[in-house]
Amino acid sequence: MKSRRQFLKISSLSAAGLVFGGGLLETFADNLLKSNQSYFKGPYDFTRTPTYCEVCFWKCAGWVHKDENGRIKKIIGNDDDPNCNGRFCPRGTGGVGMYFDEDRLKTPLIRTDERGKQSFREATWDEAFDYIAAKMNKIKEEHGPECTALFTHGSGGKYFGNLLKGFGSNNIAAPSYAQCRGPREVAFIATFGQGINSPENTDIRDTKCLVLIGSHLGENMHNGQVQEMSDAIDKGTTIITVDPRFSTVASKSKYWLPIKPSTDMALLLSWMNVIISEGLYDKEYIEKYAFGFEELKAHVQSFTPEWAYGITTIKPQQIRDTAREMAHAAPAVIVHPGRHVTWYGDDTQRLRAVAILNALLGSWGRRGGFYNPAKASVPHFHLPDFPTPNKDWRAAMGGKYKLADLALASGVCEATIPSPEMSCSIKGWIVNGTNLINTLPDQKKTIAAIQALDLLVVVDTMPMEITGYADVVLPECTYLERYDSLRISQGRVPSIALRMPAVDPLYNTKPAFWMARELAKKLDLLQYFPFETIEEEIDWELKQVGSSLEEMQRIGVKLMDREVDDLYFGEDEDVEFYTNTGKIELYSTALEGEGFDPMPVFTQHPEPSEGFYRLIYGRAPMHTFSRTANNPNLTDLMDENTVWVNPKVAKEWGLKNDQYVYLENQDGVISDFKIKVRVTERIRWDSVYMVHGFGHADKRLTRAFGKGVSDTQMITNVMLDPIMGGTGMRGNFVTFRFDNKKTEV
Amino acid sequence: MRYAMAIDTKKCVGCSDCVVACQTENDVPIGHCRDWVVEVMDGTYPELEMELRSERCNHCENSPCVRCCPTGASHYSDGGIVLVTKNECIGCSACITSCPYDARYVHPDGYVDKCTFCLHRVKKGMQPACVAVCPTKCMYFGDLDDPRSEVSEVLKKRKYKTLIPEAGTKPQLYFLI
Ligand code: SF4
Ligand code: SF4
Ligand code: SF4
Repeated sequence: MKSRRQFLKISSLSAAGLVFGGGLLETFADNLLKSNQSYFKGPYDFTRTPTYCEVCFWKCAGWVHKDENGRIKKIIGNDDDPNCNGRFCPRGTGGVGMYFDEDRLKTPLIRTDERGKQSFREATWDEAFDYIAAKMNKIKEEHGPECTALFTHGSGGKYFGNLLKGFGSNNIAAPSYAQCRGPREVAFIATFGQGINSPENTDIRDTKCLVLIGSHLGENMHNGQVQEMSDAIDKGTTIITVDPRFSTVASKSKYWLPIKPSTDMALLLSWMNVIISEGLYDKEYIEKYAFGFEELKAHVQSFTPEWAYGITTIKPQQIRDTAREMAHAAPAVIVHPGRHVTWYGDDTQRLRAVAILNALLGSWGRRGGFYNPAKASVPHFHLPDFPTPNKDWRAAMGGKYKLADLALASGVCEATIPSPEMSCSIKGWIVNGTNLINTLPDQKKTIAAIQALDLLVVVDTMPMEITGYADVVLPECTYLERYDSLRISQGRVPSIALRMPAVDPLYNTKPAFWMARELAKKLDLLQYFPFETIEEEIDWELKQVGSSLEEMQRIGVKLMDREVDDLYFGEDEDVEFYTNTGKIELYSTALEGEGFDPMPVFTQHPEPSEGFYRLIYGRAPMHTFSRTANNPNLTDLMDENTVWVNPKVAKEWGLKNDQYVYLENQDGVISDFKIKVRVTERIRWDSVYMVHGFGHADKRLTRAFGKGVSDTQMITNVMLDPIMGGTGMRGNFVTFRFDNKKTEV
Repeated sequence: MRYAMAIDTKKCVGCSDCVVACQTENDVPIGHCRDWVVEVMDGTYPELEMELRSERCNHCENSPCVRCCPTGASHYSDGGIVLVTKNECIGCSACITSCPYDARYVHPDGYVDKCTFCLHRVKKGMQPACVAVCPTKCMYFGDLDDPRSEVSEVLKKRKYKTLIPEAGTKPQLYFLI
């Protein structure tokens, strides 16, 4: 038997064998430098320079255009980039605002008073690095180097990561795991032996039926997926949307199932029940590839649509109709795994149900379902071995969450709060481009952890809340003013993209590469930074794959060939999956081995008490994370969030459109700021909805300060996923208040 | 030549990318816009319908703004595109009052400004900035007199409507429904 997975593994090791698509050079001849001078000295001679967007994780490649005065004018997509196909999303198009924002951090700062008080003095870079190095060395002496951690979201993470690993710690965490997509990765790995990763390997372009469960494509502008969904709409695909809110995509769906929040698992189980009991599943596929079908069949027997109706409020006929619609389209059907799936603490199990449903429909590895992505392979320069830490991030988890395959940001945060149960309490944090105060749930806990630190270094472009707690603030230049490591993407076609500075950095700001290397000098870790400039490193890497910095400066994006066209499983192909049984595990031996349910079960979640409403939060297409709320161009489109209230509820409370209210949650937390009421039919009467990322509390964010409510502040009840430590954040309830005793500042 | 734009309300997700792209392309000052997005709701939960559409100047064939402009600053240009000549405009706002679509604004520099269908780009054979950027590719632009232009083709295939047809302005912005 030829194992496809093993074959893939081998192919990705032989990086040198990769072949580039030809002809790109000629096509782009007209984009050459004005004159053919050295590319290394003056990249600013370009009238357009390549970049990849840093506003969200999709990393679309594009061009920064300048006007005749050499001033940044606009950013547009690169036509050759498979992540964006020449079209940026509103946030990417508005990325220029990040550069022009006068509120940017301008020079290094050192704190002069207690944490959280906004008292800083300006410092030179050298002073700042001396301060950090001294503190880091002290932590190393007193507690060991593993008592330091890095939180990162964004491109500079690689270099700070090398610094930290060289220093002797591997506590490197990104909120994008435990706070966002971790449960989905663990669930799909448990089922198919392979995660979903990013950009998602969903074959939306060719699907005949797209099922979205609490996944508001279009409001979460995950560019490539939104584009493909639009193509699919053109081709007449059926969209089924499950959402208590009438989302944008619900309005484009053939079926909208206005589910009672927190009951999605019941719907998924009853869909399985219908598909199995009506014999609609892909029999050949299941027989050939799956493990545990008989167990699953017995397991879901009692989960009839009538049973689910009582729980979900979705009519049995609708459950049957939609199940049949999926089966009819199969295998060109996608039950979308979603993103930001940390809801109720049983998220890995819910995503397991999603994975199993896809397996029953035979969509994994099939056209219009999930394709097999190929990731570009670019060798990195071989660094000397990093020291082995005495304790790694798993130790910080106290032996829990064995199935998590990455460090948990919330876990590292927890491990910072001194406690007898924790084996290691962390003493130093470097936070790169992630506003932990608004990113991690339970702000109080985050702040408690911060107060227990000996050192907090924050690297950011903006004075985000987290910078207010820092001992040292290192101002990074924006992505429009710097090189970063290459974007190496997965997709149908693997690709790489270059980001280079379009202009010199404004103010006294610097790129992360430079900061990490300067710190490495002070810490005697220069061996982990063999290249003096990032240009040299990138050029070295590019040469390994037959390109060069010079070429990439002209074309921005390079596509790499797949070695074999194995987007989908071949007819009758024997496939070995990276699971214990080598099969698609409907019955999970890995979960069973760790003492968890091998097949997903339904659990009832708490419901709001009288006068309280479930807090549902989501995205607006023009903002991302809590990162864009101060961007002049994007604030111009949306400058505050609103609380969506059903007219029935509004009537009960006497709420009017555009009226401002405060929110109070089940734990008595009252919002710092007020929020505008939006009375709309688009939300159920048992819930309210708001867009994430507003209610900024740092006055230095002059546009965003005090605008709207921070959902993160309202999320104090966190339901931990016992399997991988994900932080379920949909179990909070709020009510309306007409004043706040702490009166607003 | 008759330039027109068609916008597919079935695909628009209301992201406002068209608005930002216009802003950076045409130096529209922060706080103003030449195009904008409208959300229309109907029904009661859970029987709901919603239409999203990106709106801008309709480049009306029979445009009251051109007719009422005292200086001739508002005029028809290539392919029926309605333009304002900056330095002829005295900012009297007569056109703003006459436009039933609220498509114009007073630029902080004192003249009236609005969508130009990105004529400067169109002349170079490019699409208007909003059309070029739209991630859902829901906008079509072209010459209605050319039966093979994208916009003619899509209007042949699909049902469409125009806004406030009763105003008799003969708008050249079509919404696919
Ligand atoms: S999806 Fe938008 S914000 Fe994200 S990388 Fe692409 S253009 Fe930037
Ligand atoms: S860019 Fe396209 S999808 Fe977005 S609002 Fe404009 S027309 Fe709609
Ligand atoms: S939409 Fe208004 S501004 Fe545009 S042509 Fe018609 S009347 Fe004039």
